[in-house]
This record gives sequence, C-alpha cells and structure tokens, in this order.
Amino acid sequence: MSEKFDEIPMAGNIIKPGNATEYKTGGWRSERPVHIPETCLWIKNGTCGICWIYCPDMAIKLIEKDGKYEFEYDYDYCKGCGICYNECPTDSIKMEKE
Amino acid sequence: MTEEAAVRIKDMLEKDEILSSGHRMCAGCAAPTIVKLMGMALRGPTVVCEATGCLEVATTIYPYTAWKIPWIHVAFENASAVASGVVEAYKVMHQKGRFEHEHVDVIAIGGDGGTFDIGFGSLSGMLERGHDVVYMVYDNGAYQNTGIQRSGATLPGQETTTSWAGKVSPGKEQRKKPIAEIVAAHKIPYVATVSPYHRRDFIQKFRKALEVEGPAFIHAISPCPRGWRSETGKSMELAKLAVETGIHPLYEVFDGEEYKMSGPSKRIKELTPIEDYMKPQGQFRHLFKDPQWEGFREQIQTWIKEDWELLKKKCGVE
Ligand code: SF4
Ligand code: SF4
Repeated sequence: MSEKFDEIPMAGNIIKPGNATEYKTGGWRSERPVHIPETCLWIKNGTCGICWIYCPDMAIKLIEKDGKYEFEYDYDYCKGCGICYNECPTDSIKMEKE
Repeated sequence: MTEEAAVRIKDMLEKDEILSSGHRMCAGCAAPTIVKLMGMALRGPTVVCEATGCLEVATTIYPYTAWKIPWIHVAFENASAVASGVVEAYKVMHQKGRFEHEHVDVIAIGGDGGTFDIGFGSLSGMLERGHDVVYMVYDNGAYQNTGIQRSGATLPGQETTTSWAGKVSPGKEQRKKPIAEIVAAHKIPYVATVSPYHRRDFIQKFRKALEVEGPAFIHAISPCPRGWRSETGKSMELAKLAVETGIHPLYEVFDGEEYKMSGPSKRIKELTPIEDYMKPQGQFRHLFKDPQWEGFREQIQTWIKEDWELLKKKCGVE
C-alpha cells in the first residue's frame, strides 16, 4: 500500500478485480503436493479434474495445448492443504515435506 | 445474459472463476471451493452482497480482493436487506436508462452466524418481501472467524469456546436450528441444501436457485479445519460424510411445500453412524474420551435418525 490519501479510490473501493494474487500464500505451506503424471486421468485423456475443482486456492492449472493435456501446480499460492492429494481417485498426487 | 451452467470439467475450465488465488482463507477451508462451484452456475452479470464472516474477512483484506465480480461487504446482520436494496436500485437504474443490462443476478452470502442468528431478521424480511435474491449460507458450524463461538448452527456435542466440554458439559447441549425448513416455511419458490463434495448436484441446484423468480435459499455445509480440529486435507471427505451420516441431508423444497430428496441422499440405504463423522474432528473428541458422555452421543444419534425419518416422510421416500 503505497498510495497517498488522495490517490485511494473513493470510499476505499478496490477497483482491480482479483488483485489478491499480488499477495502470495505459498509460504504457508509445510507440505508440498507433487503430481505424478503417469497415472493421472487428465494427462491420459482430459477427464477427471477433481483436484482442480476442489482446490480452495485455485493453485492447480489444467492446460490443454495442441490436443495434449498438461498439469501444473502454482506453488506461489498452494497452501499445502492436501485436499487434492486426498481426493485424487488414482493416487496421482503425493505430499512431500517442504 | 444466460450463459450455460458448467457441470462438466471441460465446460468448467472454460468458465471464468469468480475467486482468485491469494485470498487468506485457512488452508483446507471449504468455503472458497463453495464459491468456485457457485461461480460455475452463474448466468450473467452478478452482484454479491456479503455479510461479515470468515469468507468476507479473508477474501478482501484491504487493499486486496480475491473477488472477480462486483462484491459489497455489509454488516453481520443486513446482507439480505442490502441485497434487496441492490435489486431495487438496478430496477430504477434500468428504468431510467442508466443501466444497459436487462437483468442482474443478486446473491447474498452469509456464514452460519450471519444467517442462523444475527442476520436472521433481515433474511426473513427479504423472503417476505419476495425480492429476487439467492441467499447462500456457508455453514461451518460456529463463529469461526471471531474465535470459534457457538452459533445456532453448532451441532449438539460440538465443543466451541462458548460451549466448552468438560466434567459438567458435553459441549453444546442444544440441537441445531433447522434453517432450511424455517426458510422454506416462508413459502419461497426454492430452497436447497448442498455439499461441495457433490459438485454436480451443487451447481445444478444453484442454477435452479438463480432461475426461479423470487427469493431462493441455498444451505451449504462448509468444513472448517481450524474450528473442527480436523486435518486440512479431509474437508471434502467431511462434506461427504455429513451427507452420509444424515447430519446434512441433501434435498430441495419447492414453494415451501413440495420436498424432494436429492440423488446422493436418496441413494443412502442406511445412515453411516455419526461416529465416522465425529472421530476425525477434535471438537467431538471428549464424547469418546469421557465415558459419561456416551449417553449423550446416543442421544445425538437418535435425534439425527428421527430427523432423517421425518425428512424421508416429507420427501415421500421409503
Ligand atoms: S494442496 Fe491444497 S492448496 Fe495446494 S494444490 Fe492441493 S488442494 Fe490446492
Ligand atoms: S484428481 Fe488425480 S487423476 Fe484427477 S486430474 Fe487430478 S491428479 Fe489427475
């Protein structure tokens, strides 16, 4: 927060949607989820996505590029809660100590 | 207007998320997942009015907001009143030609404290006036954000910092308010209970809530690792167990009269014992450690079973 008082939007409104991304929460993590692509259904055929749906921190990226499926963790924001690890139906995620 | 609801993974991936990363909800909190699922049901321009609560505090710590859609914070007690005002304001602005969209969906969100207790009066008023608002309560069973105080949504046997368990008390001694039924008694068009674990059911119900004319109410169970003293990775599992044990059965009520049991609850042959739900949570630990509370535990199970039988009767399920 570096604006002067007369640069702050009226009534303290925040006018940039989703600017919380400027604040990184990855440092909260004590355990890190690690993806194992070999068994993952998203990588295989672009289905499942359960980890992505449940992740409370939007820290999983499922990417479809040129008919290929990719998976990425965003460790800047992942808090290491382990929901993705617990819910993955094919055990394609493991947790490692930071 | 009228974007489709996204229930398949490919459609979900294409739909804009309404909450960003970088919010400061506790690790493993289910509330952001609930908001994410809610976003999947949206059909066009939407405004969210939110009462004080964990979700409000931790998603919008100044000067940041995790919300990507218009959002307004109001006090603990008046989310519904403000939502009514927003509906009226858009109506007038549209009439005066100051607003291009034909329609704006208005959603009010409150935690269980802001809904079952503090905001109940304004909620009831909004329902009575019939404003076209979807009210969603994310119910984590206590005032978690102020330090885990008991609320009207706290379960019997639950330990909070205002219902301590010990030699003389087994935690909260009273039953939970049946909020969905109380709301349904206002004879509003649509009431539904949801669990984030059952994501498809959640999104479809939320969409129905948006589509009906007049007020609609959604009651979502929202596991809270901090207050429930549960493992952060177990939140979705607990959301599932809440349904299986009958602690948070899934159903819909149309016009306050017609009860309909939803798939995940309808498929239950026999309720899972509440022990399975309680044991992973430290807030119920005393019920298993101290033999004098065994009777109370049985009492809770009896209450849950009775409520379940009654609900089945209302839904016409054998
Ligand atoms: S550990 Fe939790 S926050 Fe991290 S990616 Fe998995 S679900 Fe998301
Ligand atoms: S839940 Fe498991 S199988 Fe499914 S997409 Fe995620 S990592 Fe892959």
